[in-house]
Amino acid sequence: MPVDVLTIADKTFTSRLIVGTGKYPSHQVMADAHRASGTEMVTVAVRRVDLRDRSAESMRAFIDESKIFLLPNTAGCYTAEDAIRTARLGRELGLSNWVKLEVIGDEKTLYPDNVALLDATRVLAREGFVVLPYTNDDPVVCKKLEDAGAAAVMPLGAPIGSGLGIQNPNNLLIIREQARIPVIVDAGVGTASDAAIAMELGADGVLMNTAIALAADPVAMATAMKLAVQAGRLAYRAGRIGRKQYGSASSPVTGTIPALAGASKGA
Amino acid sequence: MHIQVNGEPLEVAGPLTISALLSDLKVDYRLVAVEHNLTIIKRAAYDSVVVNEGDEIEIVRFVGGG
Repeated sequence: MPVDVLTIADKTFTSRLIVGTGKYPSHQVMADAHRASGTEMVTVAVRRVDLRDRSAESMRAFIDESKIFLLPNTAGCYTAEDAIRTARLGRELGLSNWVKLEVIGDEKTLYPDNVALLDATRVLAREGFVVLPYTNDDPVVCKKLEDAGAAAVMPLGAPIGSGLGIQNPNNLLIIREQARIPVIVDAGVGTASDAAIAMELGADGVLMNTAIALAADPVAMATAMKLAVQAGRLAYRAGRIGRKQYGSASSPVTGTIPALAGASKGA
Repeated sequence: MHIQVNGEPLEVAGPLTISALLSDLKVDYRLVAVEHNLTIIKRAAYDSVVVNEGDEIEIVRFVGGG
């Protein structure tokens, strides 16, 4: 098989697993998990500096930026304006023009506000940003985001942090079939099989945070996720067999020893 | 003079540059981005942009997130 890399805009990645930097027990565990996952891109959030407590050590010191690309997000933004402002600040901090664009529409489900997301994608793409919008698993919205200038679409598998796994595999199949840009399944992964399923459906990559960070052993889970993404991708490229309603023997059906008189048919 | 930093009132001797303000606040300029009255200030301009009475400043950095 030819070399298999993930290309988004002008960047090429060997790893198809994008990992978050939130919720880990410590910065050191995060760094170890990142290493175990083999990731080449991690998401980070943009927040106010706490002027009362300057003692907190910098998380950034625990990310090897020679190997790992920083993808700023706009998490916590509920309007297009806030998301655009945060994206611009993130660009100043990261010195790249990439953004994982989030515009949240509902506090409880954390589902995106797709109307505002589309507006913000259009504005930021026009400003030269490489926009990776986090969106619903909705083929129509994904198509519109692509037309608005998104560099990739990032449909959710399930609500952020829910660990419910891929809720609508058929929609992801449709999204992958129609998109001319990479499809990254973002959010909802609970365990390794969820990541493998996303990749088997044809996703170009998977983005996760909670599934690794809050696992009992984040470093072991990071390794599991690396293998799951690789296995799922390889299975996708290998071409799975079709689904059939009935059995189909793997052993030859001719040359069998004649059945004994009176015995019933079995497997 | 009286300014707002990250949404909170702050008394500083001024007017002063962004560089001087960051230094006063013991903030490492290499790890932050700064917004001055809703305009992002490029790092190269920290020595020249002046903060005046009533100005609003945002100082942000990267933290963990998904």
